[in-house]
Amino acid sequence: MRISGGTVYDPANGTDGVVKEICISDGRIVPEVQGGPSIDASGMVVFPGGVDIHTHVAGAALNFARGLTPENYRKAIPFLHASGRRAGLGGITPTTFATGYLYAGMGWTTVNEAAVPILSARHTHEELRDTPVVDKATLVLMANNEIVLDLLEAGELERAQHVVAWLIWAAKAYGVKAVNPGGVAAWKWGKNANKLSEPIDGYSRVTPAKIIASLAGIVDALRLPHPLHIHGNCLGVPGNISTTLETLRVLEGRRAHLAHLQFHAYGGESWGTMRSEAPALAEHFNNHPTFTCDAGAILFGDAMTITADGPWQHLLHQLTGRKWGNVDVENETGCGIVPYVYKGSNLVNAVQWAAGLELLLLIKDPWRVFLTTDHPNGAGFWRYPELVRLLVSAEHRRECLKKLPGKTLRRTVLADLDREYSLSEVAIVTSAGPARALGLSSKGHLGIGADADLAIYKRGPDGVSFGQPRYVIKAGEVVVDDGELRATSEGRQFVVQPSYDPGIEEYLRPLFQKVYTMSFDNYPVELDRIARPDVRPCD
Amino acid sequence: MLTLTLKEQPNVPLEAEALSPDLTAGLSPEAVRALPVYLGKRQLRVADFFDVDGTPGEELQIQGAADRVKWMGRGMTRGRLTIVGNAGMHLGAYMKGGSIEVSGNVSDWLGAEMSGGSIRVRGNAGGQVGAAYRGSLVGMRDGMILIDGSAGLEVGMRMRRGLIAVGGSVRDFAGLEMKGGTLVLRGGAELRTGAWMSRGTIISIPPIRLLPTFSYTSADNPTFLRLWARHLSTHGFVIPYEDREGTYQRYLGDASVPGKGEIFVFRPRAG
Repeated sequence: MRISGGTVYDPANGTDGVVKEICISDGRIVPEVQGGPSIDASGMVVFPGGVDIHTHVAGAALNFARGLTPENYRKAIPFLHASGRRAGLGGITPTTFATGYLYAGMGWTTVNEAAVPILSARHTHEELRDTPVVDKATLVLMANNEIVLDLLEAGELERAQHVVAWLIWAAKAYGVKAVNPGGVAAWKWGKNANKLSEPIDGYSRVTPAKIIASLAGIVDALRLPHPLHIHGNCLGVPGNISTTLETLRVLEGRRAHLAHLQFHAYGGESWGTMRSEAPALAEHFNNHPTFTCDAGAILFGDAMTITADGPWQHLLHQLTGRKWGNVDVENETGCGIVPYVYKGSNLVNAVQWAAGLELLLLIKDPWRVFLTTDHPNGAGFWRYPELVRLLVSAEHRRECLKKLPGKTLRRTVLADLDREYSLSEVAIVTSAGPARALGLSSKGHLGIGADADLAIYKRGPDGVSFGQPRYVIKAGEVVVDDGELRATSEGRQFVVQPSYDPGIEEYLRPLFQKVYTMSFDNYPVELDRIARPDVRPCD
Repeated sequence: MLTLTLKEQPNVPLEAEALSPDLTAGLSPEAVRALPVYLGKRQLRVADFFDVDGTPGEELQIQGAADRVKWMGRGMTRGRLTIVGNAGMHLGAYMKGGSIEVSGNVSDWLGAEMSGGSIRVRGNAGGQVGAAYRGSLVGMRDGMILIDGSAGLEVGMRMRRGLIAVGGSVRDFAGLEMKGGTLVLRGGAELRTGAWMSRGTIISIPPIRLLPTFSYTSADNPTFLRLWARHLSTHGFVIPYEDREGTYQRYLGDASVPGKGEIFVFRPRAG
């Protein structure tokens, strides 16, 4: 296939709005191709396919949320069954097939499911198998795993590293996620972990800081392509900026990815005085180049808060009075679910909305801050084009600000920010940057040898129409043509295989018989349960 | 008036939300015949099931054994839908305006989550009248539903405003999680009436079994009740309200929520 006449934005290869031809063969970008179909992209812009570094699209927690909210499906957009296309429903937690169609329809071709308990990894992979078109990766939850925490308590760091490596491979995951380190373990005593330097309930030496530092060290020692992916302590609470900065200090000098940073960027002492501390956080971030983050921006409207952070979800349930789901995942983690509506008339929500945008605008290097809404926590992923529009137009932002409570202006600095993203910067925060942070070398760019995942948009008088790509190409196949889904091929799944001492199984086996409901032999997900695995050795 | 006569009862429920004055008013009879209906997963035409006669307008009449025809009048905002005979589930669900009249019985979810308009059923209704669908926070938001016969479970579940009046008896959980509005039970109710109600008013003419979380407050004939009674009598729906007939005992609850709903139970004057 040959795509000609399009203006190409490929920041990873230094191409910034150059009209050039792109040739595709066998699902990859090649220097030259003979014959085959061609696409005339004259007057259009060509982007590498979007990469979502932090989303929640499959697994037990998401399925629980689906079951908890039948009301969302009654107003959701139905995908009717058609030849080559499965039926499904959109809405805030779309069904599996619809998730793939919606991502592809927006021009996103790779997604990272960011929170998988090992115990439900099998379920997650089954759902991802039914999530078509996009390529997938998963992160496995580790910061409240009691076997790991017990080893940290005993000071057995080396054995902990082998256990973590074994667990990653057992879950067929791509990386490690830490959610509210220690807090979810403490939640099992009805407590939380709000102080990084205090031991958590049930332990005398294990503190959240120790968990964070140890896991970040283990992930680096295992040479995983993606650094430790952290959802810090005290998410969503006024004044949590001090915890967030302390977390960054614990990680200083190491590489780390801070997830949905907007939810960790608040000042003030209470909900009544809450303000955005995005400027201070962005400044710290700008001075520490080993970190990356994703915005976790919110947009006004329906959301579904789903997180392993059980104690926070209980607090949110008490704040909102909305229904609440809580899951205890044995010795590994927890999970809480609360449906939520962000309202422009609510000052707290207005500050959150501004804080997400401030982080995206104040962190200077677009290669270190990525566009996400922590789907479905901040907004549905299909609303990313709305977020892009807010980033490219300061005037549009100010129009939106006018509709918010007047006090928002005193609690945020968004009104003073004139920065407008260039198209190249949009390509970085939506694709090239997250692909690089994930260590996916064949994604997020259009150089020779890259996966042929592209989104081609029309350019109108109001700029590029990000909501409706003219063509979406995945692995060299046209999957979306003018809003119509043309192909629904199965995506690949990225898995890492870190090395570990095989003898670690003899350490784990008796522990399993003692504390797990599942037998040791049934626990690991077999590789042949993964539809199209792409296994990366770590060396 | 446009009349649709069901040729024969479908063997599985027919989903016919197209049968609403909003949709048919501006169409020719031929266009009405071509409107979509769903039999299971198959999309078919109105004409496959109904004979269409008369001239389209604000009035639409359905005739025949429509027990298995669902979603008629869904979300309607104007006009008049008359059903001669019985109607299936979800009649008038999400309705915003206009009126529906049924000469026979209707099934469950009558007027579910409606926000305006009026519904009159001469026969009996099923369960979940004016209720919230599963998972929704709020049921009926406004409007009026009058049922001459009896009704089933969870009548007025999570309703916030509006009026539901039932001539016959209703089953368990009438006014479940009620948030407002008025529920008149002329024929009484079975168990757990008003469970988890936070606001709103339930009026029962016969004595009913109350939950222990409702407490007695007073006995009188409040003014608003007289107004409701007079309003209902204009629709041929009579409840007592004169002092000489008796008084209403007022109970407050449900204390387990805790709620400030009220249940009035009529006590006829002795002798």
